[in-house]
Amino acid sequence: MSSVPKLTERSMDLDRARDLVTRAQRLGASDADVLFVEGDEFSVTVRRGEVEQLHGARSRRLGLRVFVGGQVATGATSDTTPGTLERLVSDLVANARAMGTDPAAGLPSQADVATSPPDLDLDDDIFERLSMDDRIALARRAEEAATGADPRISNSDGSTFAFDAAHRIYAATNGFAGEYPSTTYSLVSRPLAAENGEMQRDYYYTVARHFADLEAPDAVGAEAARRTLRRLGAQKPATGEVPVVFSPETASRLLGAIGSAASGAALYNRASFLLDRLGESIAAPIVEIRDDPLEVRGLGSRPFDGEGVATRSQAIVSGGALQTYLLDTYSARRLDARSSGSCRRSTEGSPSAGPHQMRMTPGEHSPEDIIATIDNGLYVTSLIGHGMNLVTGDFSQGAAGLWIRGGELAESVEECTVAARLQDIFMNIEMIGSDLELKRTVSAPTLKIARLMVAGQ
Amino acid sequence: MKSGQGEIVLTAERFFAEQYGFDEKMAGGALSKLLGGPIDDGDLYFEYRTNEALQIEDGIVKQATRNVTQGVGVRANSEAKTGYAYSDDITPGSLEIASARARAIAATGAGDQSVAVKAPRRAHDLYPVDQPTTDVPLETKISLLEEIDRQTRAIDPRIEKVIASVTTEHKLVLIARADGQVVGDVRPLTRFNVSCIAADGDRREQGYAGAGGRQSFSMHADRSGLAELAERAARQAIRNLTADDAPAGTFDVVLGPGWPGILLHEAIGHGLEGDFNRKGTSAFSNRIGQKVASPLCTVIDDGTLPGRRGSLNVDDEGTQTQRTVLIEDGILRGYLQDRLNSRLMGVAPTGNGRRESYQDPTFPRMTNTFMLAGDSDPEEILRSVKRGLFAQEFGGGQVDITSGKFVFSASEAFLIEDGKITRPVKGATLIGNGPDVLTRVSMVGNDLELDHGVGTCGKEGQSVPVGVGLPTIRVDGLTVGGTR
Repeated sequence: MSSVPKLTERSMDLDRARDLVTRAQRLGASDADVLFVEGDEFSVTVRRGEVEQLHGARSRRLGLRVFVGGQVATGATSDTTPGTLERLVSDLVANARAMGTDPAAGLPSQADVATSPPDLDLDDDIFERLSMDDRIALARRAEEAATGADPRISNSDGSTFAFDAAHRIYAATNGFAGEYPSTTYSLVSRPLAAENGEMQRDYYYTVARHFADLEAPDAVGAEAARRTLRRLGAQKPATGEVPVVFSPETASRLLGAIGSAASGAALYNRASFLLDRLGESIAAPIVEIRDDPLEVRGLGSRPFDGEGVATRSQAIVSGGALQTYLLDTYSARRLDARSSGSCRRSTEGSPSAGPHQMRMTPGEHSPEDIIATIDNGLYVTSLIGHGMNLVTGDFSQGAAGLWIRGGELAESVEECTVAARLQDIFMNIEMIGSDLELKRTVSAPTLKIARLMVAGQ
Repeated sequence: MKSGQGEIVLTAERFFAEQYGFDEKMAGGALSKLLGGPIDDGDLYFEYRTNEALQIEDGIVKQATRNVTQGVGVRANSEAKTGYAYSDDITPGSLEIASARARAIAATGAGDQSVAVKAPRRAHDLYPVDQPTTDVPLETKISLLEEIDRQTRAIDPRIEKVIASVTTEHKLVLIARADGQVVGDVRPLTRFNVSCIAADGDRREQGYAGAGGRQSFSMHADRSGLAELAERAARQAIRNLTADDAPAGTFDVVLGPGWPGILLHEAIGHGLEGDFNRKGTSAFSNRIGQKVASPLCTVIDDGTLPGRRGSLNVDDEGTQTQRTVLIEDGILRGYLQDRLNSRLMGVAPTGNGRRESYQDPTFPRMTNTFMLAGDSDPEEILRSVKRGLFAQEFGGGQVDITSGKFVFSASEAFLIEDGKITRPVKGATLIGNGPDVLTRVSMVGNDLELDHGVGTCGKEGQSVPVGVGLPTIRVDGLTVGGTR
């Protein structure tokens, strides 16, 4: 295989970023901030022994926000030549002047910005030394482990090794300027299984900041095959109210609802089922939830938030009671509160508040122990659809998984739904698993819900 | 053409020539580097896109965003293999690096096939542009948003919160293909959204409505259209304030006309995309000529409808779009194809090769997918149901193309009792099996409608605008995911 073409020099640094926001002030802005992200991305997919797709590129993007008092405009470009940036600044100042005045708009105060951002060990530059053959071999090994696991593995959507290396630079006219590199490595395997005319698919993945923290390709492929095979023989279950166990994947999806409903925009838009619930009980007393962006090598970790405010580890739910909302500077001003360092920002559009790295604290029970407590119920391994209303908490999504009989996993089930109000789901968490996985930015372990409506036959 | 601003809307060819010095030599040089040896096909995809967004919240116009995106995607195919790369710069040097990266899929070094670039070719003209939608003055857009905000609030005093937004896109693409063909397209896209919250005591509910398409901006500025948008969003929120919990179990379901066509998109459309069928991973693989729906059902994908959100003059590989019959009188007739999969399956491309941007690979995707009208009067369809559900507005949907299981979630639904719509029920997810669901269609209305222009389809992490359409239909025995 040919080698990877050499990388070019970086097109932005802290000084140029500082200059750009100062320039915006000279052109009429009262304040401005800029986020610049430059990176390398790579992916290779091997499917049934053949390299099917290979992709490599270097990208860069700059997002600029200007304030004229309480008037705001944002813009983004990938062209960082001085002439284009000068034009972008003037256009944004003109656009801001056409806006209404929003008294909550503005940068964080100097007192709120991070003074000594920690080193969270978020990057690993080994990708520069991984040859093309090394990269392909990782995907190939996972694919072979998946497709060779069982004769019923009949086909595959392929196995993909990918990485993304990004360098972020942020500067604002309140004096804050900071930068940090980060990398993400991942390996996913997606086999298909067939038996008696039925076809099923599933997947398994590993993802980490550091290459050495990835699970072994053979293990990824083997687990993907195991998950796919257990879906064969799927039946449509009967309609009824039963105890339901959510796997870590699906429990994390439920936890994401708390993250969104407790975040700035949902609150000032009065579009959240957690509105006016601060200090109140929103989940069973055994539930503890934290946001921890300071975890070393964490996938959602960051040394400062999207507007330079210091990030912090904080309790969102403690003893089942809601402890804090997740706010950035803007939503904090709207709600007459203080920023919780929860600003998330991409180069496109306006920043918004939300969790960085949300974790439900694991319990003591293994998933097997939890399943053993149920005589007749549903173990959900997959949820599909968008049936989640954060205003009301109404939840209804398609589910697939395994039926639980006499405390053990039995036949595969599909084409059913689980539905309830999210408020009731969280209040009825009866057991929490010990199997918290760190590979998601929002992560919950296995959860047992006392009873839920399952619609099927 | 001259616009109101006195600016000239350039053809894509002239734009890239003037802005980046694109010419036959640049395209021919890069293609020659890319092709040759084991490379069967490939293309260069030049893109320059401007996106503008504006939002009004509680009467304050805020969040003016203007993003400019430019770059070139380079792709090389060798049998079933695809190599792709992109550059944010459009220069001969960056094209060379991207071409080398794309070629890395093939085990050999530099390409050596000389490519003669042909004169640009004209395709359809489905969305003539008189002025880039992103160049419409902010003041014009602001006054429309203020109008939507005012009208939504005026419908009911229980509307306590209104957010309205308009997003516009002006996208120029130029595709240089392995056969030397160069095809350009200028693609406008506009979308209005309004969401509102209604509150009554402790209860709060939301309503949403949207509208848009590939049209000149002036077509959207029609005040009666905006009034209808406000009305739809407000009514949905108000109606849901009194909705009961939805039932759980298997029911006869009547789907209203228009946007409920998302059923076809999820249950049928994805499973008929060429890549899944070439690989044999779809529940519809190897089923051409078989019965997959009731004889009442004819399903079409049509990228040539003027002004529609899912329409394209040419797809993202420069293939002219077309009307493709997917299901005819219940029999599966065709798949949706891009160049790679049609070549490997030995059939013609159907103009469905699409990519979100120059940074993404191309896949077969839907355009506007709908069912043709039948003979039944919609009232008669409702009257035929003893106990069931009538659903007329939906949120999103999703499908597992391998098992065929799909879901779509109602945002506005009603109980049908003894042939009459009785009370509103809360939104619920409906779940079914793609290859089976259309066999349960027992009545098809004479009232085909296309949606209002709000569809966005996700596949492999890429989003592209699409359209759907449906007449009123009755589906016997669909699982409704309610709570009681």
